Amino acid sequence: MEIDRKMVEYVAELSKLRLSEPEKDLMQQDLTKVLQYMDILNSLPTEGVEPLTHVSGVENVFRADVARPSYDREKILQNAIATESGCFKVPQTVE
Amino acid sequence: MSGYKNTGYEVVIGLEVHVELNTATKIFCSCSTAFGAAPNTQVCPVCTGMPGVLPVLNRQVLEKGVAVGLATNCTITQQCKFDRKNYFYPDLPKAFQTSQLYLPICRNGFVEIETEAGAKKVRIHEIHMEEDAGKLNHEAQSGSTLIDYNRCGVPLLEIVSEPDMTSADEVLAYLEKLKSTLEYLNVSDCKMQEGSMRADVNLSVRKVGAAELGTRTETKNMNSFKAIARAIEYEIFRQIEVLEDGGQVQQETRRWDDEKGIGYAMRSKENAHDYRYFPEPDLAPINISDEWLAEIQQTIPELPDQKKERYVREYKLSVYDAAQLTRYRRLAEIFENTVQLGGGPKEAANLLIGDCLRLLNADGREAADLTLSPESLAALLKLVAAGTINKTTAKNVFERIYADNIDPVAYVKENGLEMVSDDGALDAMIDEVIAANPKSVADYQGGKKAALGFLVGQIMKATKGKADAGKVNAKLAEKLK
Repeated sequence: MEIDRKMVEYVAELSKLRLSEPEKDLMQQDLTKVLQYMDILNSLPTEGVEPLTHVSGVENVFRADVARPSYDREKILQNAIATESGCFKVPQTVE
Repeated sequence: MSGYKNTGYEVVIGLEVHVELNTATKIFCSCSTAFGAAPNTQVCPVCTGMPGVLPVLNRQVLEKGVAVGLATNCTITQQCKFDRKNYFYPDLPKAFQTSQLYLPICRNGFVEIETEAGAKKVRIHEIHMEEDAGKLNHEAQSGSTLIDYNRCGVPLLEIVSEPDMTSADEVLAYLEKLKSTLEYLNVSDCKMQEGSMRADVNLSVRKVGAAELGTRTETKNMNSFKAIARAIEYEIFRQIEVLEDGGQVQQETRRWDDEKGIGYAMRSKENAHDYRYFPEPDLAPINISDEWLAEIQQTIPELPDQKKERYVREYKLSVYDAAQLTRYRRLAEIFENTVQLGGGPKEAANLLIGDCLRLLNADGREAADLTLSPESLAALLKLVAAGTINKTTAKNVFERIYADNIDPVAYVKENGLEMVSDDGALDAMIDEVIAANPKSVADYQGGKKAALGFLVGQIMKATKGKADAGKVNAKLAEKLK
């Protein structure tokens, strides 16, 4: 499968990435290679193989429903670009 | 004309209901879920999506989800997992919501509702677990959007119905049934005003008999059952009007403004529907053994429908009364305990349905917040049964129990509310009233039977409402023979 220019631009938009024209060329080649590798995987016979979503083999990892103190607000907000009234502040978003 | 309210159209409605689970902590971290805390005081690196953190599932969330599925006749997905739903919006700091797409915890269930045409099954397509998003405030003076992430990561169940409902009444019956089931299971407060229960309405209309479904819209932002009913009526007639005018219904998300009583289309987010779901790699898959499933099944209490049937059988209540009493878990609890303490079932039901529900409704309160004790109610019913007070007095005393859970025995004594039981005193009062109203007496004896009612009223007034009206009636009729 090949990735066309339009697809690169669409994925970039979804990812909120602004790509230059040469970068788009590069991405197109890279992503096409990735998908070609997927084609190889898809060609393998997998009938009778159970689907796998995780490779670690770990299952049923749970936490008890016991509250612990949260972080100080100042600490949580320290990475925010802007704050106001104890809140993260972002440009006005309209639904 | 046939169809919905004789419009020639029929209505098809499916619901997506989100309920916040009442766990102490969030779904993937140990932050508190308490409502109403100062902004961003119940957040940590996990629920604010900092890099390198590891979410861990709250076991209670899974068990509550399974319990809801079992109570709504679903098949439980014993091997299930989470997925990432990617979208870019500031209410979600990770830029994806951890949810379930491929293997939701529950599938293929139903709840039964009562309709004018009898019992009806509303099928449940699936129920999945997910996390709530943060709260955006667009009202700041600065003109910016302010974000509070306290709600971010609060556990949600999304209950998706099949499009099996055909009117606002059926939607309300379905929501009432879900709410009461969730209350009985003690998994959610289901308070629409606080947002712990939210419903998105998918609605389309089509000509009666048409084979294909019409184009549907999704309406959001209703925060009461009443608002949902109004929003549905509005949308039904809006769509019919569009079609009648030769137009086409647009598939869109709409928002309900309850104050103005109108719905309007929300600006559509570009590419909003490309969520690029993929399996959540940070959360281990879930494997619910048969034994574990059986354990959860054991925790499910008697549900509203079963309780209703038992009340009819055991207490000889009417189906209507039994349905009213069992709608709210707390009300049913008070009723059963009152009867256990010796209150008459029929009498207890009358006060709880006739008076208690009316008072709650007038005060805009929920049955779950009732403070009256079964002890007080049972004591009140015993006062009536023993003939100490009459039914009118009992209703007044009940209002005091409802408000302040007073001790009815002491209250009746302090306020001298006992019925006039001394026959001599009652006879004297009756004689006085007869003497004071010669005209009414003459009317009655002349054949105007209605005059007796007036005289009984005068006597009740003279006793300050504390006589047994039946007894007064009999005595008076006897004296005027």
